[in-house]
Amino acid sequence: MDIDVKKVAMLSRIRLTDDEAAELGPQLANIIGYVEQLSKVDTDGIEPTAHPHDAAMPLRANIVTNGNRRDELQASSPKIESGLYVVPKVIE
Amino acid sequence: MPFSSLSDIQSRLNNGETTAVEIAQLYLDRIAAFNSTLNAFVHLDADHVLAQAAASDAYRKEHGARALEGLPIAVKDIFCTQDGPTRCCSNILEGFEAPYDAHVITKLKEAGAVLVGKTNMDEFAMGSSNETSAFGPCRNPWDTDRIPGGSSGGSAASVAAALTPAALGTDTGGSIRQPAALTGITGLKPTYGRVSRRGIIAFASSLDQAGPMAGNVKDCAMITAAISGHDAGDATSVSDAPAIDWLAACETQDMKGLKIGKPKEYFVDGMDAAVRQSVEAALQKCEELGAEIIDISLPNTEHAIAAYYVIAPSEASANLSRYDSVRFGHRCDNPEDLLDMYTRSRDEGFGSEVKRRILTGAFTLSSGYYDAYYLKAQKVRTLIQQDFIQAFEQVDVIATPTSPIPAFKLGEKTDDPLTMYLSDIFTIAVNLAGLPGLSQPCGFASNLPVGLQWIGPAWREDTVLAAAAAYEGATDWSNQHPAEFNINGGES
Repeated sequence: MDIDVKKVAMLSRIRLTDDEAAELGPQLANIIGYVEQLSKVDTDGIEPTAHPHDAAMPLRANIVTNGNRRDELQASSPKIESGLYVVPKVIE
Repeated sequence: MPFSSLSDIQSRLNNGETTAVEIAQLYLDRIAAFNSTLNAFVHLDADHVLAQAAASDAYRKEHGARALEGLPIAVKDIFCTQDGPTRCCSNILEGFEAPYDAHVITKLKEAGAVLVGKTNMDEFAMGSSNETSAFGPCRNPWDTDRIPGGSSGGSAASVAAALTPAALGTDTGGSIRQPAALTGITGLKPTYGRVSRRGIIAFASSLDQAGPMAGNVKDCAMITAAISGHDAGDATSVSDAPAIDWLAACETQDMKGLKIGKPKEYFVDGMDAAVRQSVEAALQKCEELGAEIIDISLPNTEHAIAAYYVIAPSEASANLSRYDSVRFGHRCDNPEDLLDMYTRSRDEGFGSEVKRRILTGAFTLSSGYYDAYYLKAQKVRTLIQQDFIQAFEQVDVIATPTSPIPAFKLGEKTDDPLTMYLSDIFTIAVNLAGLPGLSQPCGFASNLPVGLQWIGPAWREDTVLAAAAAYEGATDWSNQHPAEFNINGGES
């Protein structure tokens, strides 16, 4: 299995240096090569697992319970100004 | 002392022999004496521990004792805690302070427990040896050149060296049971949905479950009783989970009429001979206690690792997309643009194992590969579940080794990720099927602890606990402790 590591890294939004890509490439190929054995299992008519106990998704009332905690929630952000998250300019 | 069970400490607190503050100080002294050797704790605020203990003593005086009143419990760095940092042992969570407590942390506080620090772990719980931690590896108290197992290695080492009498861990593919086995303690992974995952940093959401690690079966039951139950804040926490009597199950003294399944796929060539002998001897002991051992087969076991290493990385790659350096976490210096900020921050913040898993998952979920890998793995997962359902028509509980090998040396398996993955061979199927599993000590291989794993039907933690309690009562393995740490702490 040939894997385009740089492409997968871009899908994952992770920069890889050439050294990292050279190391990760064969490792990924090795892992994917191993899991390839799944293709030999006969799964005709078998439903994929969605929840281990087939539990139904519960509903709850749509009520705000946690109040306005903006300052606390933003306290861990790398860059905040006037309550807004600051990132590099997106549109020229 | 120093190796006391939660129940022992509870009795001494209840009859006024000691106080929560005295107990907390005793363990803080042990942590101060031994943590530099083990690296079990990555964060500890001693004053905050003593303040909780003082508050517990005051509560007891005024209102009487709650279920875990004054009992010190360490928690893995994966649980969000409002007091102090939560890092998941990753550099990407540098500077993160959780704005709320995980549900299980709230439950422990409501039960009166004294929470002690944050324990070491593999970064984002991805690992089987605790070597991928951003804070450096944790060491096994039985041999400090060896790994304590992972990912809950710090919690395991803390209990095995009596730095705390108990700890919380999480288990996605064996991360409670394997380190418990490798450090000679007891650990329980409850049925998926029994314990709320809210506030536990997500790795693989359909597999993750929190549970106790402690010195014996009853201590594990006490903690699980306190942390389990439906939480409306976690949609996968099951609201109609059958209630069980956690403590009564631990009073079981024999195995009369118990049918124990022995799956042939878990006794294989290539496993350590002494591990196999210990587990076979344990099963013989169970027969003496009245159990019937029945040979069974779980034919899809051989595909469990492959299914897991598609499903877990796929879910991880989705879960870890939230580390975008916008709302929290590490951001690179001087990003040129948004894409540069994402890609460089994530490159700098994640360690190599985490990157490997994210990339694996991104690949198996990517266009053109989803059906062949992810969907196929979820179908194989159904087959693995069906194996267990069929087996439990024949037997009450299943017994296996927890790990095919005892603790290995630091660095021994870091070069080849796949070899490391294969060491999870006996624990992974339990997560895929969402079943309860417990590991308890059952012997030694070259002076290193060996774990016996019990697997029960969904929601039958009571059956698992009863079998483990009976075995524990009839043997002395849970009372074995590493000599180097079996001394009083403050005096060293």
